[in-house]
Amino acid sequence: MCSTCGCGQDDDVKIARPGQELSVEAVAHDHDNPHHHDHQHHHHGHSHDHGNRVIELERDILHHNDLHAAQNRGYFDALQITTFNLVSSPGSGKTTFLERCLNDLKTEMDFYVIEGDQQTMQDANRIDALQVPVVQVNTGKGCHLDGGMVTDAVKELDPKKGGVMMIENVGNLVCPAMFDLGEDFRIVIISTTEGDDKPLKYPDMFHGSQICIINKIDLIPYLDFDVERTKEYAKKVNPDLIFFEVSATKGDGMEDFYQWLRSNKKS
Amino acid sequence: MHEMSIALGIVRIAEDEVAKAGARKVNSIDLDIGTLSGIELDSLEFVWPVAVKETVLEGATKNINIIQGKGYCMDCAIEFDMQNFADICPTCHALLKEIRQGKEMRVKALEVE
Repeated sequence: MCSTCGCGQDDDVKIARPGQELSVEAVAHDHDNPHHHDHQHHHHGHSHDHGNRVIELERDILHHNDLHAAQNRGYFDALQITTFNLVSSPGSGKTTFLERCLNDLKTEMDFYVIEGDQQTMQDANRIDALQVPVVQVNTGKGCHLDGGMVTDAVKELDPKKGGVMMIENVGNLVCPAMFDLGEDFRIVIISTTEGDDKPLKYPDMFHGSQICIINKIDLIPYLDFDVERTKEYAKKVNPDLIFFEVSATKGDGMEDFYQWLRSNKKS
Repeated sequence: MHEMSIALGIVRIAEDEVAKAGARKVNSIDLDIGTLSGIELDSLEFVWPVAVKETVLEGATKNINIIQGKGYCMDCAIEFDMQNFADICPTCHALLKEIRQGKEMRVKALEVE
């Protein structure tokens, strides 16, 4: 969905593989003009002037996103693809964590990557350098990926059965929390250079995640970051969170995550 | 600011329902929004006029029913108010809780003409 005007078109959203023009999927449209929604409604042979009526609805506001997410989830399940949605603040090391995983496991598993950023192909180029299939979604002004963007990106990626799909969301610890993409697991990454009270400040993201990666543990000697306190705060929000303490740049602790991944992937 | 996406989700639902009902516009819309839903009401108010411009919701009255977040402690079997997901049982401080209400974000009803 276009996140500027909400019509069905992908306004500023661009989806591309490295080397392609970024405007591949973009359909520009003018927000100043009223746009047409061609609804297929039934035409009865009488006037509809019935006065005021109340429609009882009880419809979830994110219904449209959730339909896309359900569609994605069904597709991933049918192909036994294990899907992760990586979320964090900008700079926590999502892309570095991904690079480390791909480097260490790409001979063992078939990875596919969807990179979400407001602008640039930078992250997709980093993944492409590892010869892993990747598409970049540029959300323009949008602050999160949504289910529809992932549907489009998956069509472009055409993943094979039994693979592992890594979706790196836009760096933002607030907005992506609400939008189901159809993933199996949401991974929230927090790094030791951030405050250890992040789970209390941004509880929604920790509540909606199943895995919490504490990154940059190699820097702990130089910082005032208390790992146990972070876990304690995060467990207040979500007692079921599974923690991994890693340094994505140095590789410390990554093997524990790999073991978990091996035993939890669908095939 | 995801409240724009939220507002546009509401517009999409209203446009679909108005078309289905063969109506012209919405007079009033009732929303259920929980305090744990992640929607900032101030932000929603801020984006609302822009989101509904030239849609069936332009000029419609918006009624928001705020649903207080409530957790249930498994150990004490009591219900307690929650302001955010980090709130735990005030009696025994156990971490495990069931969220009973407060995550709602839905269009409850539309009055159309």
